[in-house]
Amino acid sequence: MRGIPMMTEAVLPASSGGGWSRLYQGKTIPVLTVLLFLCAIWYAGAVYLNSSVLISGYERNNVEWDAGRLVSDAWAMERPILPAPHQIAEEINKTVFQKKITSKRSLVYHAWVTTSATLLGFAFGALLGIMLAVGIVHVQTLDRSLMPWVIASQTIPILAIAPMIIVVLGNMGLTGTIPKSIISMYLCFFPITIGMVKGLRSPDVLQLDLMRTYSASTAQVFWKLRVPASVPFLFASLKVAIAISLVGAIVGELPTGAVAGIGARLLAGSYYGQTIQIWSALIVASVLGMLLVFLVSVIERLVMKKMGYGT
Amino acid sequence: MIGFLKRDWTLSGFLVLALVSFTLPVGSGEGGRLFWTGEMGALILGLIGVSIALFHQWRGTDGPAGALLVSLGVILGAAGLLLLIDPAYEQGTAGPGLWLYLLALGLYAWRAMDLLSRNATGKRALSLLVPALFGMWLIYVWQVVTTGFQVPSVLLPSPVQIAVAFAGHLDILAADFYQTFVKSVLSGFVMGCGAGFLVAILVDRIPFMQRGLLPLGSLVSAIPIVGIAPIMVMWFGFDWQSKAAVIVVMTFFPMLVNTLAGLEATSHLEKDLMRSYAASYFQTLLFVRLPNALPFIFNALKINSTLALIGAIVAEFFGTPIVGMGFRISTEVGRMNVDIVWATIAVAALAGSLFYGGIALIERSLTFWHPSYRGKT
Amino acid sequence: MHRAVGSDDGTGVVTAPAKPVIEIEKLNLVFQTPDAPVHALSDVDLTVNAGDFVSFIGPSGCGKTTLMRVIADLETPTGGHISVNGMTPREAREQRAYGYVFQAPALYPWRTVRKNVMLPLEIMGLDKAEQERRARDNLALVNLEGFEKKFPWQLSGGMQQRVSIARALSVEPDLLLMDEPFGALDEITRDHLNEQLLRLWDQTGKTVIFVTHSIPESVFLSSKIVVMSPRPGKIMDVIDCDLPRDRKLDIRETPEFLAIAHRVREGLRAGHSYDD
Repeated sequence: MRGIPMMTEAVLPASSGGGWSRLYQGKTIPVLTVLLFLCAIWYAGAVYLNSSVLISGYERNNVEWDAGRLVSDAWAMERPILPAPHQIAEEINKTVFQKKITSKRSLVYHAWVTTSATLLGFAFGALLGIMLAVGIVHVQTLDRSLMPWVIASQTIPILAIAPMIIVVLGNMGLTGTIPKSIISMYLCFFPITIGMVKGLRSPDVLQLDLMRTYSASTAQVFWKLRVPASVPFLFASLKVAIAISLVGAIVGELPTGAVAGIGARLLAGSYYGQTIQIWSALIVASVLGMLLVFLVSVIERLVMKKMGYGT
Repeated sequence: MIGFLKRDWTLSGFLVLALVSFTLPVGSGEGGRLFWTGEMGALILGLIGVSIALFHQWRGTDGPAGALLVSLGVILGAAGLLLLIDPAYEQGTAGPGLWLYLLALGLYAWRAMDLLSRNATGKRALSLLVPALFGMWLIYVWQVVTTGFQVPSVLLPSPVQIAVAFAGHLDILAADFYQTFVKSVLSGFVMGCGAGFLVAILVDRIPFMQRGLLPLGSLVSAIPIVGIAPIMVMWFGFDWQSKAAVIVVMTFFPMLVNTLAGLEATSHLEKDLMRSYAASYFQTLLFVRLPNALPFIFNALKINSTLALIGAIVAEFFGTPIVGMGFRISTEVGRMNVDIVWATIAVAALAGSLFYGGIALIERSLTFWHPSYRGKT
Repeated sequence: MHRAVGSDDGTGVVTAPAKPVIEIEKLNLVFQTPDAPVHALSDVDLTVNAGDFVSFIGPSGCGKTTLMRVIADLETPTGGHISVNGMTPREAREQRAYGYVFQAPALYPWRTVRKNVMLPLEIMGLDKAEQERRARDNLALVNLEGFEKKFPWQLSGGMQQRVSIARALSVEPDLLLMDEPFGALDEITRDHLNEQLLRLWDQTGKTVIFVTHSIPESVFLSSKIVVMSPRPGKIMDVIDCDLPRDRKLDIRETPEFLAIAHRVREGLRAGHSYDD
């Protein structure tokens, strides 16, 4: 069932080095190096992309300039083509930590607006996806008729329907969180259905035969075998689903020119050329996405540990 | 009698409900009530459907022939209702007979799919027929409900209206397809996947970089990358270049991470064998590691095919020249031309599944040896 | 359970009252495949008496596992008659008349060893105390005291298979069906488990049906060896194996043992089992 641990240890090269080599062999140092490298490219890119605007500005105003001035100006423009990381950090600091979270200018407020739609849609999508999977696994007709469509739906850009759902529901008087979470819901229920069907089917013939020798009922096979066996599959698909649920909520904020939410910040930023605002919204969205996935994996680890799935 | 009913409850349910619905008005309004008898063609088709159900319940077989016969009955019964809808609609509103019959037809269709799927194991044509019938049933219910309930086309146009819009705007749809799919998606897809692949090959030689990039790669999957669309529109302008740029960024990381994982998939045994032949790095790469990585690479290509279309369409929400599928969707929704929006979505769905299907076909021909394909013909 | 077993000196006269547990007459099983029908079992006749240790031996595809699965009601025969404890296999299964040990342990990774053994008891709806008692007793029987709280993947392959035997025994069946239970283990572990299994059989007096493709294993364990051959699956020979019940591993070098092994091999050869 498991590899013998001694084997893998034996394969590792005998390292004579101390702590430093262990760090080098591990993940922390390489990841930090790559991040540092990306940061350097970013700063260089900011100078490169912003320089043409700056230089033409200098020439128009007959300003004496040298490389040092160009670099420092390029990293401090108000509407740069590419803002420097520290500018974004400043903006995030300003809009996340120094504004009251109820203020319309607080990114925390906007992030919460998007998160609430994400979570609501995710919850309903998960529920729907799991119920559908249970049906597909137990009813052959559903498996044959519905499942091909669920799989095929993975190949089409369903996100394209988002604006229509927003506008149509808006016409019916539904605005705010609900329409966005409906988009999130239908985006994430497909992968959950597929993952859960896989999981509920994961017990092999041997284990199903075993239950048959006990004359177990369908319900007993479901609760004692299929459900526990599906847990790893469920969480794998939940992690995918919550990430796209966030994408759905953000895209759902674009079409109607919503006033609140991360998508609204992106849209407003692009209307007024506020690149720093766009970038900080983007960074916050990324952090949010990672946090949400992290949250799911923490729950996963707790559940798996409780069930005894080992590492 | 009980034995007759008991043979299959769904079909018995259809028979009872359908016969009751024949006695109820299908439409009512200023012109009085309309019954099935008002539309002879509809009544005949409906009765043929019912007779097939009766015959099947009485002495039909559960084999493929019986399944096909019941399917035919469903289709005829459904066609009968379609004939009835327009006159029923003219009366004012659809009546209880129509809804009861639709419900009955649902049971009938379920029985047909049930019979078909029982016979579908190992038979390709039948196993394709089941989802086809299901899809047709959904579109049919959509059509009947939207016309019967007189749903305003601004909310949900009927399939027929969408088809009409599709046929009437072929030139626009073709131009949108060319702009979004051929120009943006294909170029962005090729550049993004190519870059991801090349970087993976380079990084693979430097284990340090690999250890640094792999954890980041999996983090990136949690990021809503589509959000860079407004920035790319600022940088590269409204035309296809900005959309391609979004796609490059979206498709780069899945390709990078999958290729790296694929290059790791070669077993020690296989590598040791190449070592024993004193094969060079590139020979090992070409003969052993790349073939082993193919399933992973194709996995990335398939994921990316969907991501690329999403990226292009969403990026067009932020600004385009006046052509493109995303542009069409956002403007026509604003103008309440929802039928054109649906037609565009149909084009997107078709393009997406054909794109994916094409990649899957190439995958099948190149990785036929992989365990996931072996044994399938 | 006490049994009178004639201590036996090689004459093969065992005087225990022989009550048939399994009776099979003219059993046929044909699988319908897309290419051509496959005769998995062809006109099989067999009687297994209470307290027997019967091995089915033969090459892959000879139907030995299929025959066992028919007894367990995991396959339905297409012809002939079979009774288990005087009932149809289905009734026997519904009364939990047998315990089944598969080729692989098939333990649930999310259950501890103890909870794995309790699984069939939960399904049967026994009360908690009884479940605990049986799990304790049967784990003790396979020498696994002290491992109750471990998870299956923390045990070696041999220990996992012992857990699955304890799980089969916990149903307290008179009949134990074992389908190549030690096939995936190394030979040293296998020898050890074979000895343990013999002791278990002697202590409990259960009827055991054992599928194997190892000649020494079948001779070492069995009181009766059923030699089967493929295409179509049929019984070539039924060999009584009258070695003493308390066998040690070194019995395998005795002439009596080798003579029986030789007869098994002859049976296999007659069934063209060594042909390509």
